[in-house]
Amino acid sequence: MYDFVSGPLVWIAFILFVGGLAYQFIRMLRMAQKDKVVYPYMSLKYGFRSLLHWLVPFASRNMRMRYETTIVTFAFHICLLLVPIFLTAHVVMFSSAWGPQWGTFSEGVADSLTALVILAAFFFLTRRWMLPEVRFVTLPSDYLLLAIVAAPFLTGFIAHHQWFGYETMVVIHMISGAVMLVAIPFTRLSHMLFFPFTRAYMGSEFGAVRHAKDW
Amino acid sequence: MGLPATILPALPAVSDTGLDENAKNLTPERIAEVVNRVIDRETAARFRVYLNTCVHCGLCSDACHWFLSNDRDPRFSPVGKVKQTLWEMLRRKDRVDADFIKECSRIAQTECNVCRKCSMYCPFGIDIAYLLLVVRRICSELGVVPQFMQDTVNSHSVTFNQMWVKQDEWIDTLQWQEEEARSEVVTARIPLDKEGADVFYSVIAPEPKILAQLIGNMAQIMAVAKIDWTMPSFDGWDNSNMAMYSGDFETMGRVERAHHEAALRLKVKRIVMGECGHAFRGAVYDGPKWLGWREPPIPVIHAVDFYHELISSGRIKIARKFEQPVTVQEPCNIVRGRGLGNKLREIIQATCTNFTPPEPDFEHNYCCGAGGGVINCGPPWKTSRVKGNSVKAKQLAATKAHIVITPCHNCHSGIEDIISGYSLGMHVKFFSEILMEVMEIPDEFRAE
Repeated sequence: MYDFVSGPLVWIAFILFVGGLAYQFIRMLRMAQKDKVVYPYMSLKYGFRSLLHWLVPFASRNMRMRYETTIVTFAFHICLLLVPIFLTAHVVMFSSAWGPQWGTFSEGVADSLTALVILAAFFFLTRRWMLPEVRFVTLPSDYLLLAIVAAPFLTGFIAHHQWFGYETMVVIHMISGAVMLVAIPFTRLSHMLFFPFTRAYMGSEFGAVRHAKDW
Repeated sequence: MGLPATILPALPAVSDTGLDENAKNLTPERIAEVVNRVIDRETAARFRVYLNTCVHCGLCSDACHWFLSNDRDPRFSPVGKVKQTLWEMLRRKDRVDADFIKECSRIAQTECNVCRKCSMYCPFGIDIAYLLLVVRRICSELGVVPQFMQDTVNSHSVTFNQMWVKQDEWIDTLQWQEEEARSEVVTARIPLDKEGADVFYSVIAPEPKILAQLIGNMAQIMAVAKIDWTMPSFDGWDNSNMAMYSGDFETMGRVERAHHEAALRLKVKRIVMGECGHAFRGAVYDGPKWLGWREPPIPVIHAVDFYHELISSGRIKIARKFEQPVTVQEPCNIVRGRGLGNKLREIIQATCTNFTPPEPDFEHNYCCGAGGGVINCGPPWKTSRVKGNSVKAKQLAATKAHIVITPCHNCHSGIEDIISGYSLGMHVKFFSEILMEVMEIPDEFRAE
């Protein structure tokens, strides 16, 4: 089982992840051609201007108004990206399979950042349940997606600390990681791909066409 | 698992023949056919990507005056409105019934001003107003549109103006206003159909119908500023466009084309339009988009931009400033929609001594609640509209102003309704009315 999830399953997950993102990207470009205003309005300068104002914490008004959500969201996404890339265990597995290796987090840092992701996921769960305007638009899939994203971090943390049967836990961890990778292109998690483009479009329309700010 | 709508209090029922009677003609097959056609053939990247990228975070809610004024009722948040309309349509695979379509029309047409403030609060920049305009399109194609709104669109379709104004009434009104203007400024004229003029001035149909004095005011302003201008005697003089808001985009396109072609026919250098927000939006954005132009063929200048030019160039001098405490309503379509917030501030500062800005301001200001076709849905929906903007009342009250400057017809009426609905004791004025009081009329132009 371990051999399968650390071998073929990783291949399957990454092929579907990269292939899926590529498919969605090309589909978006094709649809954008059909949506006649998109290409004529797009502007590199104003697209970037808007993107910048929404990637820097507190640069937009709503980010300042909802500062608690801003702080958690940034922490969550940054750690979500950094931990899998700089975790010692991952780097060791990658370098023993492919060769290259790079710097890693110390155990303490990795633990803290993973805990941050888990706590942030808990914050999102609470927010979704407690704020009426969020709860009103919540579907079961929203909870499921949160679980899919939190699972690799939770199971990874447990596996590393060897709390419950290590062998089982690490297999579950790898399966949950694969599930998350495959889910990204085909669910709302695809905002990872689409966010820069919707943001750049809105920035272009507000900035280049309407001469106004959109943050 | 979302908060079910059933445990929220029922909203007051409003009877509107345009919804109630027309919905009776709907069959599930016809509904499915129209929903599928609009979504498959008239939408593409934006529609799909926006709906699939929205992670249901609800951060758009705090933008919306409807949500804030209705005690944060989630049914009024932008994403909540999309959920009750588009999500249902897509989930039920277009097997939705006539009652549902009526609800869609109520939500998209009367409980959203498509002011686009939500797009500034969404981290992804999703154009929620665009999504609700698609809902309006579907309802309009099914014939379910609030009665007063549809009458306006019918008028556009038949007469190319919003208020069933006939050509002889139009010309009569212009000649009457020219006489009125000449009793103040001897050189005031309203040249009709002058080819090659510098400025083509257009107005919305309510002006000749119920606010004719604004046309006379403009004649005086143009005379004092010595502008080479004209107005058309033929169809295309009305720059308003309610079809843009009802979802009847074909009529919207016809009306915009008539307006632009009138200006092209007179070979003018630019179009200046009176103080109206949606007219600007229609002439510069929505109309051209539908007609396949990236920009209008002749530059279109909004009144605020024009006044700024007249004042800063010195063509109009200020004789005395307006002393009463004023504040400003920043119309969505020219501030969020054109970035004219700074110029508006500058002309107010140039003409008024006691100005208090509203908070929040500029692109973040709240919509007046009347635009986007909402006030045009008429008296049946007035209570809901006034209730849906208590935040605006609080915002205005906090400025302690006596006068609210409203450089937009919809804002003018909308703010007036809020002032009376919440007993604020203020008055509304167009900027041109302020300008008339403060501008210097050289002695040689002054009538005795």
